[in-house]
Amino acid sequence: MNELEMRILEVLTDDARTPVKQIAVMLGRGEEEVAAAIRGLEERRVILKYPALINWDKVESGEVEALIEVRVTPQRDHGFDAIAEQIYRFEEVRNVYLMSGGYDLLVMLKASNLKKLALFVAEKLSTIEGVLSTATHFVLKRYKNEGVITDEKRTDRRLKVTP
Amino acid sequence: MNYENILCRRVADVPPSGIRKFFDVVSEMDGVISLGVGEPDFNTPWTYTDAAIYSLRRGHTHYTSNWGLIELRRAINRYLIGRFETEYDPTDEILVTVGASEGIDLALRALVEPGDEVIVPDPSYVSYMPNIRFAGGVCVAVPTVAEEGFRLTPERLRAAITPKTKALILPYPNNPTGAVMRREDLEKLAGVLRGTDIMVISDEIYAELTYEGRHVSFASIPGMWERTITLNGFSKAFAMTGWRMGFACGPREVMAVMCKIHQYTMLCAPTPGQYAALEALSSGEQNDYADVRRMVESYDRRRRLIVHGLREAGLACHEPLGAFYAFPAVPAGMDSQAFCEKLLWEQKVAAVPGDAFGALGNGFFRCSYAASIENIQTALARIADSVGAQ
Repeated sequence: MNELEMRILEVLTDDARTPVKQIAVMLGRGEEEVAAAIRGLEERRVILKYPALINWDKVESGEVEALIEVRVTPQRDHGFDAIAEQIYRFEEVRNVYLMSGGYDLLVMLKASNLKKLALFVAEKLSTIEGVLSTATHFVLKRYKNEGVITDEKRTDRRLKVTP
Repeated sequence: MNYENILCRRVADVPPSGIRKFFDVVSEMDGVISLGVGEPDFNTPWTYTDAAIYSLRRGHTHYTSNWGLIELRRAINRYLIGRFETEYDPTDEILVTVGASEGIDLALRALVEPGDEVIVPDPSYVSYMPNIRFAGGVCVAVPTVAEEGFRLTPERLRAAITPKTKALILPYPNNPTGAVMRREDLEKLAGVLRGTDIMVISDEIYAELTYEGRHVSFASIPGMWERTITLNGFSKAFAMTGWRMGFACGPREVMAVMCKIHQYTMLCAPTPGQYAALEALSSGEQNDYADVRRMVESYDRRRRLIVHGLREAGLACHEPLGAFYAFPAVPAGMDSQAFCEKLLWEQKVAAVPGDAFGALGNGFFRCSYAASIENIQTALARIADSVGAQ
């Protein structure tokens, strides 16, 4: 990762919709150079996607989200990867992380209601060979998401003109 | 009561701030995008605020030493050595002030006798001239111009010096022009000052906000330490404007006089703010000033964006290399006030007329880029509209 790529990632993390031309101006580089760097980042799958950061608490869909701590027995030759794959292949599963500490995999998933989610854990997740135990935690409220405080209005508390 | 005869003539004679008038209009209007704000758009990093809250919980609600907390003065000393290669004795050469603003007042009152002249680059921050006059001095404006990057040149400085010259105010990086003085520029000024008794009040409040290179402190130029009072603070670099935390450094003989005034007027800088400032420096030492770097990088991007946009709109704009202001020229045939009023009424964009910062500022307007990228882009489009419709 070179300096330019790092700077581009910072800009896009803040606003994925920033036009290439504007990024080039902000970083003091050529438009072609920036465009090429972004293509490179996409090809190497450093940039995976350009999603919006949504406050789902405001979307009254009835969807529920849970974090599930999963303890597993690592497999010979595959470690955790094979079990992780069996889990992340399910569409319902949003994130799967290998963790240090008291459990092995952190699985985040969404379902249209609480019952469906519980059933998924009981029927699909717990039954995978090598899964020793699961602990399901439902998300009740999101205070801060990806560095953004969800409840805070973007108010400028400064005086409008100061010397 | 006839107050005209009662009130101090020296104060009454100082004209009201040119910004104030503008502020009153802008604050009455809705939907205005302001490029007129002279302070960071970041909130104070939470660890500093948290340190102040914790200090209050522990009962640190008392006076500190007149000079400020000794731990804070030691931290300031290390900070100045590490960042700007200048060294001061924390016991009697560093004074914690109520913002760098208090430092300006203290330095001038410590130096100026009635009738003494103080040289100030024009355009510059609005406080120097009034403070000089409050102290009984005479403000001598020395022109700085766009063609010279708004730098103070040795020729212009030499031309302004008279037998009555007591001090030079050196405000770089400059508000409103964004100009910085490079090492060679400062060395040339040092050449003019050597052999004189002229003191330098170097207001370096924007020192950290220097782009494409590092700030050079005037006191670090050989032979200049003895004649320099360096003013700095936490407002701009650490996003702590409302805390009012600054510091002044200089030779102990001078600092003793400044501290005498401070002792009888302020007593000490606010204690919670001193703890917040201490945290700003301590955490900075540990993480290589990550907060400052993050904010400076962000300003730098917006700096490029606004300068590019102003030039695209057809306005002449010199490259500002410090602070967070661009200082473009208004379209030909207009003066600053007329253009800024037009911008405000027709486009709902607030920028500060350049003449608020001195006569030489006329013909320019100050655009602060301590504003969101979205607001900068919208403001630029509106400015382009206004200029295109000429």
